[in-house]
Amino acid sequence: MRGKAVIAGVGHTSYGKHPGRDKVALIVEACANAIRDARIEKSTVDGVLVKMANSEPSILYGQKIAEALGLQPKVGAALDQGGAANIALISYAAMSIEAGLMDTAIICYGDTPRTGNRSVFHRPRGNDAIYGWYSTAAGYAMIHQAYVHEHRVGAECFGAVAVQCRANGAANPNAHLRIPITMGEYMASPYVVEPLRRDDCCLVSDGAAAVIVMSAARARELGIDAAVPILGFGQGQESLDVHLRPTLTKTCAAESAATAFSMAGLKPADIDMAQLYDCFTITVLTTVEDYGFTPRGNAGAFLRDRGIGTDAGFPINTSGGLLSESGTPGLQLVIEGVRQMRGDANLQSQTARNCIVSNQGGTMHSHSTLILGAPQ
Amino acid sequence: MNSPVVDVSPVNKPYWEGLSNGELLYQHCSHCGNDWLPAREHCPNCLGANHNWQRSTGHGHIVSWVVYHVAYHESFKDKLPYNVAIVELEEGPRLLTNIVTPSPATDLCIGADVRLRVEYEDGQALARFELKSFPAPPQREPPRS
Repeated sequence: MRGKAVIAGVGHTSYGKHPGRDKVALIVEACANAIRDARIEKSTVDGVLVKMANSEPSILYGQKIAEALGLQPKVGAALDQGGAANIALISYAAMSIEAGLMDTAIICYGDTPRTGNRSVFHRPRGNDAIYGWYSTAAGYAMIHQAYVHEHRVGAECFGAVAVQCRANGAANPNAHLRIPITMGEYMASPYVVEPLRRDDCCLVSDGAAAVIVMSAARARELGIDAAVPILGFGQGQESLDVHLRPTLTKTCAAESAATAFSMAGLKPADIDMAQLYDCFTITVLTTVEDYGFTPRGNAGAFLRDRGIGTDAGFPINTSGGLLSESGTPGLQLVIEGVRQMRGDANLQSQTARNCIVSNQGGTMHSHSTLILGAPQ
Repeated sequence: MNSPVVDVSPVNKPYWEGLSNGELLYQHCSHCGNDWLPAREHCPNCLGANHNWQRSTGHGHIVSWVVYHVAYHESFKDKLPYNVAIVELEEGPRLLTNIVTPSPATDLCIGADVRLRVEYEDGQALARFELKSFPAPPQREPPRS
């Protein structure tokens, strides 16, 4: 599948607060932007793939979005994998197109947890609620604690990720949060669920995003020069709840990345840039290790030594990530990867010729990986 | 303010009954010997449906832990800050719990040995634990900082 499919267009709403807006309307706005970006006719879209909304799961949701777009696609679906779903949907689109089920897919997501309902993130976890076990953050806090104990790293490893993402978000006109922080401010931010500090935790944002996927051949026919090739993709399902995992600090992100690297014919050392799902700073560190960039426990040192700014050795989250650009599940990372490969990103790398993107869902329950290349 | 209540089902009822009698029970697979919590109908290892309940010694160790500084439910506001820990029993199964400590939650450490300390709140039995090295005084209040 290497290079068979491309991302031909991207679009999104502003990220942050959209009071009173329906999430379906936000999705339509993002899709319209993506269709315009790709310079295709809406009527050529024959696949509509949607990530299920966190704030309000519903039945036949993929069909509802297709209707809102005024489309009757051949292929339509809604997928619930938490934050891993968008890359998974992109990969299903690529494979469906290759198999001839459809020609042009739109993959999209939108939600309004900020001004609407974010209770899903705070929800009790079944009968463990009697011990006060609530909230998505708490599971990540368990993982962060285990990582620190196992590898004896200091808080500055996590702070460095927060500082860089916030700096990148501050430079991004589209970002939800545009206030940089210093390491001192990171260290002083209050604990939420210890050891997680406030600045270890991603935003909760309203917003929507969409990408257009088609075959490389179709993009050439249509003269879409800036189409970004998909070099590889993969998935992995951790499945188990955090407290039942034999080890908390390794996940099936490793399998997801291995599949993607194999498909792309690349190794970790070949990667120029990474957009890593930073729902919490700990996920950036464990992903870097799961993906094989550096041995277990060394992610902090690796990122520090290589440098994570746009012009450094291992740029990450160049538009701010979930910590600063938008607390939405993952498409913004794909879109930034596409822009970097096209050369029209805000903080544009002058040297990156490929970009790996990680998406993950739940409390690292699900994982997906995408490797993008430069347009030919 | 209503505290969370457990959802008792035919599958997990023996667990909650055992706990109300001061015993921590777990499930054991007759076919493959797997041991687990929480209760379920089929062994997660071999998918067998033949299993029985066994009583844990109540000894285990801390796998990881956190301290809440924010309350996500009204009824936990006046308990802040409070800890939640993952305990692994010496028989193998894991559970989420609170560690009852006479001193601040920072006394906790991964790997620390703990033992079962069943407590009761509003008629609800809770499988809490205390540090073997630092047994909490004989009280029946929820842990405070």
